[in-house]
Amino acid sequence: MKIAYYPGCTLKTKARNLETSALEALKVLGIECEELPRWNCCGAVYSLADDDLIHIVAPVRDLVRAKETGADTVLTLCSMCYNTLARANDLMKNDEEKRNTINAFMDEEPDYFGDVKVVHILDYIRDEYGFDKLAEKVTKPLNGIKVAPYYGCTLLRPREVAVDKSDQPELFQKLMTTLGAEVVDFPSKTTCCGTYQVLGNPEAALDISHGILSDATKHGANAMALVCPLCDYNLGKRQDEMVTKFEGATELPIYYVTQLLAVALGVDPSACDFELNRESSVKLLKEHNLISA
Amino acid sequence: MSTTTDDAVEIQMIPVYVMGKKYEVPAELTIMKAIEYAGYKYIRGCGCRGGVCGACATVYRMPGDYKIYTGLACQTVVQPGMHLTQLPFYPAMRATYDFEELHGLAEEPHQLYPEVFRCVACNACTKVCPMDVQVMDYIAAVKRGDIKAASEISFDCIQCGLCASRCMGELPQYHIGQLARRLAGAYLTPRAEHLQTMVANIDNGRFSEVLTEVKGLDLEALKTTYTDREQEPATAGDDWAPQSNKGL
Amino acid sequence: MPLKISPRTVSEQLRKKIVEISGEDIGKCYQCGTCSGSCPMTDHINVFPRKLMALAQLGHVESLAEANTPWVCASCHACMVRCPRGIDIPKVMEAFRLLQLRQNVNQIEPSNLQPEEIVNLPQIAMVSGFRKLTS
Repeated sequence: MKIAYYPGCTLKTKARNLETSALEALKVLGIECEELPRWNCCGAVYSLADDDLIHIVAPVRDLVRAKETGADTVLTLCSMCYNTLARANDLMKNDEEKRNTINAFMDEEPDYFGDVKVVHILDYIRDEYGFDKLAEKVTKPLNGIKVAPYYGCTLLRPREVAVDKSDQPELFQKLMTTLGAEVVDFPSKTTCCGTYQVLGNPEAALDISHGILSDATKHGANAMALVCPLCDYNLGKRQDEMVTKFEGATELPIYYVTQLLAVALGVDPSACDFELNRESSVKLLKEHNLISA
Repeated sequence: MSTTTDDAVEIQMIPVYVMGKKYEVPAELTIMKAIEYAGYKYIRGCGCRGGVCGACATVYRMPGDYKIYTGLACQTVVQPGMHLTQLPFYPAMRATYDFEELHGLAEEPHQLYPEVFRCVACNACTKVCPMDVQVMDYIAAVKRGDIKAASEISFDCIQCGLCASRCMGELPQYHIGQLARRLAGAYLTPRAEHLQTMVANIDNGRFSEVLTEVKGLDLEALKTTYTDREQEPATAGDDWAPQSNKGL
Repeated sequence: MPLKISPRTVSEQLRKKIVEISGEDIGKCYQCGTCSGSCPMTDHINVFPRKLMALAQLGHVESLAEANTPWVCASCHACMVRCPRGIDIPKVMEAFRLLQLRQNVNQIEPSNLQPEEIVNLPQIAMVSGFRKLTS
């Protein structure tokens, strides 16, 4: 199995903490992957119009790049990229007419037939690596962390690309338990954070994000883990706005799953770019002696 | 050198279509020369005539072929049946900014050109570039915050505007590329420290004494000083050093 | 609220266009309302997904024009995984959006995005927002 790593445009700057923690964790686990030497933004969302093919070109181009390096698997960390690449891949695999049109249009690239597999780090760890094997590598169990696992939409919907059951997923919970954290299940774990409506209807996005955070807090969580830089913005950065707009809004430390994974595997915290997290995230880990003061 | 005219070499003439109108032109001319041969006088769409200014960007198609081809009129030789037009100018708005207030941060191109996020990686820009610049790739680099890479990939850009003319997302690629090159050059390229040290040394008068002495020489003494100067032999190795350290 | 249905208020062409762009058979919807129940944005929309489907089935031009639903929809696909008829509702929402966007009318303007906002937003916010809400 040769794995090509696809970062996505946000992971080199705003979500560097998602990338560095993931790559360090993968090193500890002995999973080898190489970043694609040449890649473009996948488009972040999958185009839903039946007659639109031009917006499918961007993710397909990345899959062609992966194929060119001889990789059979593309690993993603950002769940939006996962969803877009996986759905584009399925289209190229299953829809002959559209595949032919797209291949003909991209005449400067080799033809692509959907034969590369697209995986997200979470389902890769569950399916290819295994939680038992992961448990053996945990050197710093996340004691004291009561984490609300937040899936968001793109990992679980539509069913064709879901990494777990769309309505009652368990993957995240199993991962967190393996890492020694206490899992706080809460109903809003699969509710959308508002995603791009942060631009179109920022009030609406703030409202539903606030609902998700209060739900997690109400169920006893002292932390939330997620896998998407846009969820991280809506649920993390925008907590500054929530505190002024919603009475009783409290701060909830937010982490990327890969950061918690890295800490549990004993990775040096300086390699996880915690300075990109909110202060509360660092504080909580220090309080529980998971990172040094 | 022969001056006869009736034995003159027969010039092969070929048809080209300039803005839809057919002309018979000598086959070995560049597009630019062919257009002038056809009787046009350039007041726009012509510049350095040397392939570096970007004024003469030309779009053409060939009979029986749907593809769009591009080239610089001053560099591209005509082909029989070529249907061409020049694009002397394509509107692309350049953002206004005070360069002194920028720092080379990843977000700066995003703030000045938010339309960069409309790129759909269709690659029309790269396909149309007459300088073979990987336009889509440098836009991708700007999106992910790698200004240095964008500056390197866009190096050969001559600002002809063809990329902007084909762009689905309506981005002004060449302005974005130029911003990246400016930022990389001013803020992201390491400064040569030894150069700065030397400049400081000069400002501090390291060479003032010697310069004053030389300025005070009469013409003969100056000539002698020059012709008698010690020169590093062409075959000198790394360990060569002058016998006198005066002035160094 | 009574809805006037007459050849002047409904458009077969509009219905056809929605079906064509989405590729979905909206006639399959039997108005169970599960989509409305799943939608996280109901506090902010003026026409719930179920009703929007009914209006689409009719091709009721005015009501569809007044609905802000497609512009508040976050494409979260919660409705789609639960629809008992297997209708890809997000595709229908996209079709509504494209009816306007393909007329070259943007819902948000990239040029209006403030630099102070851009410096904090992750790139995927702009990429996805522009893809869904601009032409």
